[in-house]
Amino acid sequence: MRRVCVISGGITKFAKANPELTQEAMCKDAFDRALADAGLELKDIDSSICTYFSDHFNGQLLFDSLTQDYLGLCPKPSMRIEGGGATGGLGIRAGYMNVASGLSDVCLVYGFEKMSEVSTAKGNEFIALASDTDFDFPVGGFYSGYYATMAQRHMHEFGTTAEQFARIAVKNYDNAFYNPYAQKHERLTVQDVLNAPMIATPITRPMVCVMSDGAACVILASEEKAKQITRRLVYITGLGCGTDTMRLGDRPRGDVILLPGEEPEKYAYLKGRWPGVASFRGGREAARQAYLQAGITDPLHQIDFAEVHDAYASSELQTYEDMGFCKYGDGGKFVESGLPYLDGELPVNPSGGLIACGHPVGATGIMQGVFALWQLQETIQDHMKSDRLQVKDARRGLIHSHAGTGTYITVHILERGW
Amino acid sequence: MTDVYSFQPLMVRRPYRIEYIHSYGEVSQFFLGLKEQKLYASRCPRCGATWLPPRRDCGKCGAKCNWFEAPTEGKIHTYSVLHFAGEAFLNDLPFVLVYVEFPGIDTVFLSRLVGVKPEDIVIGMPVKARFKRLVEWNANDVYFVPA
Ligand SMILES: [Zn+2]
Repeated sequence: MRRVCVISGGITKFAKANPELTQEAMCKDAFDRALADAGLELKDIDSSICTYFSDHFNGQLLFDSLTQDYLGLCPKPSMRIEGGGATGGLGIRAGYMNVASGLSDVCLVYGFEKMSEVSTAKGNEFIALASDTDFDFPVGGFYSGYYATMAQRHMHEFGTTAEQFARIAVKNYDNAFYNPYAQKHERLTVQDVLNAPMIATPITRPMVCVMSDGAACVILASEEKAKQITRRLVYITGLGCGTDTMRLGDRPRGDVILLPGEEPEKYAYLKGRWPGVASFRGGREAARQAYLQAGITDPLHQIDFAEVHDAYASSELQTYEDMGFCKYGDGGKFVESGLPYLDGELPVNPSGGLIACGHPVGATGIMQGVFALWQLQETIQDHMKSDRLQVKDARRGLIHSHAGTGTYITVHILERGW
Repeated sequence: MTDVYSFQPLMVRRPYRIEYIHSYGEVSQFFLGLKEQKLYASRCPRCGATWLPPRRDCGKCGAKCNWFEAPTEGKIHTYSVLHFAGEAFLNDLPFVLVYVEFPGIDTVFLSRLVGVKPEDIVIGMPVKARFKRLVEWNANDVYFVPA
């Protein structure tokens, strides 16, 4: 396989509603920004991967052909990738395959979602249709409800508190305040978050990501091609993908999957109990694969920042543990220690994450790739008109994309090569 | 007549409705069983895994499972009190989701809990199944109450 670089990225400002533009025009705006940033032209793109989540949001099937056409990419090869909330991350994985295999030298990975054409309650119903419609949807019909039961179990098993979830939401809002692409520019206190309207105990409204209209793209290239295009090389050095049962209740209770360098004794206290409904086995498996490939044995110190899928503040906390940033059960202490803050040892979601940037599903996992690329190219100042969110001396970043209750999870490790 | 929502940009209402003739296929017995006030689960004869909801084919080893009757009393494994929901369930709010653990069953079962004040719910609390008399042939034909 060939080495693969991310050479540029583009994104639209995520918004609650963007009725001024169609999805294809939003994709074009993101694409034009990525082309301009790399000094590329349309003819330089060999292939594309299109990612969007749901046909229900707009009633348009084969939207990928509409966008492929609009971007001027016909008759080049393309493919749509879909995997719930992990749609964008899976798209980057597919783009990597295109380039690493030699099928393409330069591949555009672009994704979008326009969620504003239906009411929030209807949108939640569509998202919930991505749970088992025979057994789970008729009973709950709401993803926040499913994640809330996971959060409740985590609190029961490990003593995690709602205040710790609230701290994560506050952190992400604080970061997004300096991200002009974010949907939300608000400042909240822990008390504000805890006192906000309850969605599903223990999750309040600001602990949940918001529906959004947006598009994002990254351009991937072979190392050889990338060297002709940019001096600021950023390599994809590790990829992982994990899955889990569609129904949360079917998750096994066994032993922790060990990350490279971990010994079984470390998790003796969880023997026969993991993951249950408190953790994401697919996330752990994705991290294991990616760390093995990238040679990571001490993620807390060997990774400089992470953009993780915080559809819920609680799932960000659970993800700290899955990624091995701390031990299982220590996610609450991890946030209290300050480590995932912008000035901490391992800033998590310096962009503001999904909670504050918004979650236009098909664009989200790619958004993470864009922000991670800018961190590693040290171009946050250029793109955000402020270097406030630039992680100092960022050499290695992790991006984590996640679908409904952890059914699909991807992890990519991006590394600076300049 | 097309209902115009806005002229700048032009936005129109576009309704969409569909009816599916949906099959529960190989797990039909579970839904039929709810009318008999029974919870049908499945057990793998090869690896011993037990599944509720049931599966014809074992999700661990792939062997064909056998049906058996699950207990109707269990404990709350985890729960949440919902104050918001998808459109189809807005009229039910607030309601309580529970995952119930049963003795001898490897999985935990998603259902609704009724007849208890939210502040009185605790993990580990004993609960028992109740079955709707007027079945709607869906997973809500069973729900739970404190035991
Ligand atoms: Zn089996």
